[in-house]
Amino acid sequence: MIRVKDTSYQYAGGTRMVFPDFHIPKGKHGVLLGESGSGKTTLLHLIGGLLRGHEGRIEVNGVDLASLTEHGLDQYRGRHFGFIFQKNHLIASLTVEQNLLAAPFFAELPQQEEQVDALLAELGLEGKRHARVQELSHGQAQRVAIARALINKSALILADEPTSALDDRNCDKVIRLLMEATTSHGATLVVATHDQRLKSVLPVAVQLEAHT
Amino acid sequence: MNLIILAWSYLKSRPLTTVLNVVLLALGTGVITLLILFGNQLEEKITANAKGVDLVVGAKGSPMQLILCSVFHIDFPTGNINLKEAERIARHPLVKKAIPMALGDSYRGFRIVGTRRDYAELYAAELAEGKWWEQHLEVAIGATVARQLGLKLGDEFVSAHGLAEDGHDHEAHHYKVVGIVKPGGTVLDNLILTNVQSIWLAHDLEVGPAGNAAPSNLVPGHLAGDSSREVTSLLVQYRNPLAVIQLPRFINQQSSMQAAAPAYETARLFSILGVGADVLRGFALVLILVSGLSIFLVLYNSMKERRYDLAIMRSMGAGRGKLFTAVVLEGTFLTALGTVSGLALGHAVVWIFAATVPQAAASGIQGGVWYVAETWVLGGSLVLGVICSLVPALQAYKTDIHTVLAGN
Repeated sequence: MIRVKDTSYQYAGGTRMVFPDFHIPKGKHGVLLGESGSGKTTLLHLIGGLLRGHEGRIEVNGVDLASLTEHGLDQYRGRHFGFIFQKNHLIASLTVEQNLLAAPFFAELPQQEEQVDALLAELGLEGKRHARVQELSHGQAQRVAIARALINKSALILADEPTSALDDRNCDKVIRLLMEATTSHGATLVVATHDQRLKSVLPVAVQLEAHT
Repeated sequence: MNLIILAWSYLKSRPLTTVLNVVLLALGTGVITLLILFGNQLEEKITANAKGVDLVVGAKGSPMQLILCSVFHIDFPTGNINLKEAERIARHPLVKKAIPMALGDSYRGFRIVGTRRDYAELYAAELAEGKWWEQHLEVAIGATVARQLGLKLGDEFVSAHGLAEDGHDHEAHHYKVVGIVKPGGTVLDNLILTNVQSIWLAHDLEVGPAGNAAPSNLVPGHLAGDSSREVTSLLVQYRNPLAVIQLPRFINQQSSMQAAAPAYETARLFSILGVGADVLRGFALVLILVSGLSIFLVLYNSMKERRYDLAIMRSMGAGRGKLFTAVVLEGTFLTALGTVSGLALGHAVVWIFAATVPQAAASGIQGGVWYVAETWVLGGSLVLGVICSLVPALQAYKTDIHTVLAGN
């Protein structure tokens, strides 16, 4: 699913991030572990096509990301990746349904109402379909963000620090929910975090060293 | 989900700012619309009313007053002119046609005009009911007069001296309505037309048949060269272009009368009114520019608040062009909303004005007319919307997903 080899990233006039070689097979959920400054977010963004210009080779689903044009990368990102961030970053001016349908719209995929129904039911959000984002609790908002990441049937779900602000009980709940949801949709989950609690939960762990 | 829903949702998410911008723009474009509606209709009315009248000859005084009185019927006469002298002008070889006007009386605020039938022909007026006047004291009334006063064929009334509703009545002579003129959108709608002799009769002057003497070329049925009778003015049509130069000079220098050209006086009137209109227009343009600036600032600031939204949209596969379009769409929506409200406001004000102010109704100004210039207002505002949103849209275009989402 993901293959990273001889990869590094040079920030303009700043640090150079060097990443270890690793491979995360399809269906095996993985975690990129590292302290802040270790470049785990940079690596996650490189894998997710949110950041360009790396050296070396990053392959997702057999495609070398560096070979894509900017427009090609936009499309590839929209169709193959779902993102979940620590702050859920829902679009506050839209309703829950509109937030979900924004994903297929921007990825230029058909917008299917049934999928919205199914996902809301699966994540226990029935009745929140027309709710405004501000009316949601933190947990509900996070589940909407998960639904949004899943709606395009993306092969890869990338999550940046989804649990770091949570206590043990909620951390466990969220990571189980994430793993169950991605598994049931046939997707592979990759989490970037400094949260050591996740190390034992996810099958593949990649340890990143801090750069000085 | 599409870009229109997205742009609209952002406008809805800050209702107060949106309303403020819409109101600001609506005021600006509303004033412009008002100026367009009034200016154009005033010009149309003036052109329609001055049609076919090349020159007005009357007593000496203000030429503008003479025109306002004899052509538009909104001012008082400058005085009277001697019939014999007027006949001399009418016989001048450069005059194709001269129509006498005897003014000064009214009935409940509507003017009675003693004239000839070709005055009505000047405006191609047709009768809705009845016939044109034949006998003395028979009148044909305009459509507005008939409607507002509820006059019917066969009704009789006495005229009052002057134009005020409470003038001294000429009670000895009763006018009789014999015809009602079809509405034509000209000044004729507000007039009561009769022959010149009727006016003389109402003022207890004798009107006799011409007898064996030659009849007057101005007042049919009256003897020529009667220097004891007066009319208010003459509406003159030129025989050829030479008259434009020669006739006014001839009248102004070689008679006790004055000649005034409606074209020249109305142009002068417009240039005087134009100053006021220019000030208003300038004020409206300032309002529009300020609202443009305000729309720019609102969009510019909201791009900062929205940078996570923008980054998330890009993470979902949105290209830079799509975000750019969404912001331009938002700015354009805002200006379209403001401009459409402004156009509606302008039309509504004119409509209310015409419905509540009798003078406006009498002048025939309407709120339900659309002018090409308004399309330009709409188009111009949309362009303004695009211009104001270009810089914010460029910010959206340049959103760096990694920097925003990594939080550094």
